[in-house]
Amino acid sequence: MTIPKPESIQSILATDCGSTTTKAILIERRGDEYRLIVRGEAPTTVEAPFEDVTRGVLNAIMEVEELAGRKILDGERIITPQSGTQGVDLYISTSSAGGGLQMMVSGVVKSMTGESAQRAALGAGAIVMDVIASNDGRLPHQKIKRIRQLRPDMILLSGGVDGGTTSHVAEMAELLAAADPKARLGAGYELPVIYAGNKDARKIVEERLAHKTALKITDNLRPVLERENLTPARDMIHDLFMEHVMAHAPGYKKLMTWSPVPIMPTPGAVGLIIETIAREESISVVGVDIGGATTDVFSVFQGVFNRTVSANLGMSYSVSNVLAEAGLPNILRWVPFEISEHDLRNRIKNKMIRPTTIPQTLEELIIEQAISREALRLAFEQHKALAVGLKGVQQERTISDTFEQTASGETLVRLDHLDLLVGSGGVLSHAPRRAQAALMLLDAFLPEHVTELAVDSIFMMPQLGVLSTVHPKAAKEVFEKDCLIRLGSSVAPVGPGKDGVTALRVSLEFHDGRRETLSVPYGYLKLVAVPEGQTVKAAVSPERGLDVGAGKGREREVTLKGGVVGVIFDCRGRQPFSLPADRERRLSKLTEWNDALDVYPVAVRA
Amino acid sequence: MAHSYTPGLKVSAFTTVRRERKLPLAGSVLVSVGQAVEAETIVARTELPGNVQTVNAANILGVLPEDVPDCLVKPVGSAVKKGESIAESRSFFGLFRSKVASPTDGTVENVSTVTGQALIREPPIPVEVDAYVDGKVVEVHEKQGVTVETRGTFIQGIFGIGGETCGVLHVCVAGPGEALTEANLGSDVRGKVLVGGSHVTTSVLRRAIQLGAKAIVIGGFDDQDLREFLGYDLGVAITGSEEKGLTLVVTEGFGEIPMAGRTYELLRSCEGRKVSVSGATQIRAGVLRPEIVAPRLMEALPPEARADGGEPEGLTVGSLIRAIREPYFGRLGKVVSLPPELVALETEAKVRVLEVDFGDGKRTTLPRANVEMIES
Repeated sequence: MTIPKPESIQSILATDCGSTTTKAILIERRGDEYRLIVRGEAPTTVEAPFEDVTRGVLNAIMEVEELAGRKILDGERIITPQSGTQGVDLYISTSSAGGGLQMMVSGVVKSMTGESAQRAALGAGAIVMDVIASNDGRLPHQKIKRIRQLRPDMILLSGGVDGGTTSHVAEMAELLAAADPKARLGAGYELPVIYAGNKDARKIVEERLAHKTALKITDNLRPVLERENLTPARDMIHDLFMEHVMAHAPGYKKLMTWSPVPIMPTPGAVGLIIETIAREESISVVGVDIGGATTDVFSVFQGVFNRTVSANLGMSYSVSNVLAEAGLPNILRWVPFEISEHDLRNRIKNKMIRPTTIPQTLEELIIEQAISREALRLAFEQHKALAVGLKGVQQERTISDTFEQTASGETLVRLDHLDLLVGSGGVLSHAPRRAQAALMLLDAFLPEHVTELAVDSIFMMPQLGVLSTVHPKAAKEVFEKDCLIRLGSSVAPVGPGKDGVTALRVSLEFHDGRRETLSVPYGYLKLVAVPEGQTVKAAVSPERGLDVGAGKGREREVTLKGGVVGVIFDCRGRQPFSLPADRERRLSKLTEWNDALDVYPVAVRA
Repeated sequence: MAHSYTPGLKVSAFTTVRRERKLPLAGSVLVSVGQAVEAETIVARTELPGNVQTVNAANILGVLPEDVPDCLVKPVGSAVKKGESIAESRSFFGLFRSKVASPTDGTVENVSTVTGQALIREPPIPVEVDAYVDGKVVEVHEKQGVTVETRGTFIQGIFGIGGETCGVLHVCVAGPGEALTEANLGSDVRGKVLVGGSHVTTSVLRRAIQLGAKAIVIGGFDDQDLREFLGYDLGVAITGSEEKGLTLVVTEGFGEIPMAGRTYELLRSCEGRKVSVSGATQIRAGVLRPEIVAPRLMEALPPEARADGGEPEGLTVGSLIRAIREPYFGRLGKVVSLPPELVALETEAKVRVLEVDFGDGKRTTLPRANVEMIES
């Protein structure tokens, strides 16, 4: 199957097989531009009784057919190329079903080649189950035991700079050989192992591993101490993901024959889109994709891309783990009514065992959104902790592969420098009111100074990410016009204050010349309607001790972008942000904030 | 979302159940096709390679890694006892002798000339696989195991803990809505699979373990009890390896929920029969639900229970469903209509819905995603 020439493509069908839902979108060329036509979805069918991912894909496509009034399927075959009003010219897919791509990585020094290997795997869209290194503090037999237990989909072995010592690499290869690791899926095939370390040790690694594993060798991901070269390892991971892992997941062999473009791991595809936004607009971006099983966080600061995945933070399969990691009080603090611990625990577990259910009542929706705040917060904490610079060496890496390294171990994620925060994933994209998504993002990420907020309208960033590899024009057009919903901007002063005392005085000059002044007390939220596509000029004057980006107590003039929610002045406090400890006070504050943004249909009160 | 309902759990009066019984590594198959087996029959056996221990021989001997092979007194492949010398070196005109003692009983697996490490592999760990259900071997997977087939009653639960077990089934309660309490546990529960009604607590589970029960099948269980029973907060629903002395199968969900009437009646019809039970649950790719398998002949079934629905069909008017989310969680009903248009819920989300009669003659609207079909 060959990829059609971009100029000849009239219609594109793209699916994303998530761990819970399979999403299909239909894109068509209308005049000179590509637009989203319809979207369909169906539960993912990796589970019994189907155990075949293509069933869910077909179900999602059938919904697209129904909604678009167009025939795409001939039985269980996608009609390609388009002929008249039937079929599509291109079919592409991403996947994170079946737990995604699970990898173990290994380096010699944990904080050097170990970290580089981890970044290569994360950048390729994998979940890193463990980092094994010579100096990770475990005894050799403990490492061997761990490798045997893990059963990853793939192992990335790195270590040493080119021309350096080979003995530590040999040691790691010997540990791997002794563990004789088995692949997670399919008993009858050898575990793929990628070697991307010191090129002088290739022969040693081959001698030890070639007969026990499906060994592939690629360029060293850390050829010299000062430079990372992650792309060859990432590309190799993608190739092996297709060849080995996908081919053994239920139904994927069939799915792979439907598309001329390799199936990409969902997070890898989302990362591509986030990088593109940051590059094209020259801005700092944080993107989050909260799924059923995992939450991915992507960031681009100063042109440097990072990705982390929180493997067990999600809203269905992993919802119970959010409770275990965040703790009940942290979830309950966001719920503006009384609910017993006993009741909440059972509800969360029932969601875990029946992951495809949706909230029917407002109370259920609020609880789900409270859990999502904690899942997002924890995932972001993990991202900040991992997105740190290398230790005191110069960098010469490409945007997509590297971290800034000006300071040792300092996080690159600076909330005060963040320009755009994009949310994606069911709980954010499908929130019945966009203000709900805006408030979830504010509460979980606590952006500082001035930040634009957006959501992926119907969760199609993964499909557009993979589309950008074969048809960048179509991906860009759909992304700008149909995918990203600009929610508006938030203005959040940093610093301590006293509840109820004026924190900000703002003068606004609207598009139509109208002027307005307002003051926002500390501890309050204030929403100003500024429609999508419009901006408002603002002179924001914080009180002494508070900073909106120009320094403590100093006025800042800024143009604020509008959106479907509007401009939110968030004076609830940053560094510190805290909810009242007193129960009554907390419940009334939450209700006040929800009312300020008109978050729920009826005021939810204690 | 024409297909957005959760496939239900299988509750079948009489069906064919096949179970693959495979070794984790290649080994020997001990039974042949057509052979009748009991749940306890060992069908395949192998040995897992033992754990590996390492010892830095080069450092201990004070020699270069490439010289370690010359110092071996136990060549690669030889068996050693713990403390036995595997390599030796002499220094200072042979006056001082350094010895590398084996850290464990095992075999010398490898000596690295690059790192100077010696690897000693511990003795192999025997692994056996039993038939799990009374039945017949229908397929032999060479060197891997067998497929065992049986016919009888088959019931899936929604969540479980603990591994596979078998025992005689005993219903301890008078009805599906009755909670299982310590008072229901007589001294005759040893070795049995106990069926309760709507709810069980940790203290009752502990009492059942003391009395030697093998498994408990129950409608509902509280998360707080689960945490107390396991000793930790279960984050992800991957279970089956817990060793708590008892297998637990929850048929409906978390909370106090009467067991579905049909499930209860079928279990009751198995009173006194030997059943196989597994608590293993995996709610991820390749989903695994806990189960109860009761081998029996069709003739042994009460006539009204003999009908079997066969392959699950899609959701239609008249389908029996169970609500699987608040505010109707656990209620059973019959589908009365499947409106095609999207309907706004109280949350304002617009979704595909269905209308259900919960037996009160009223039409209640539910999102299709929040029901599960009761398959027969």
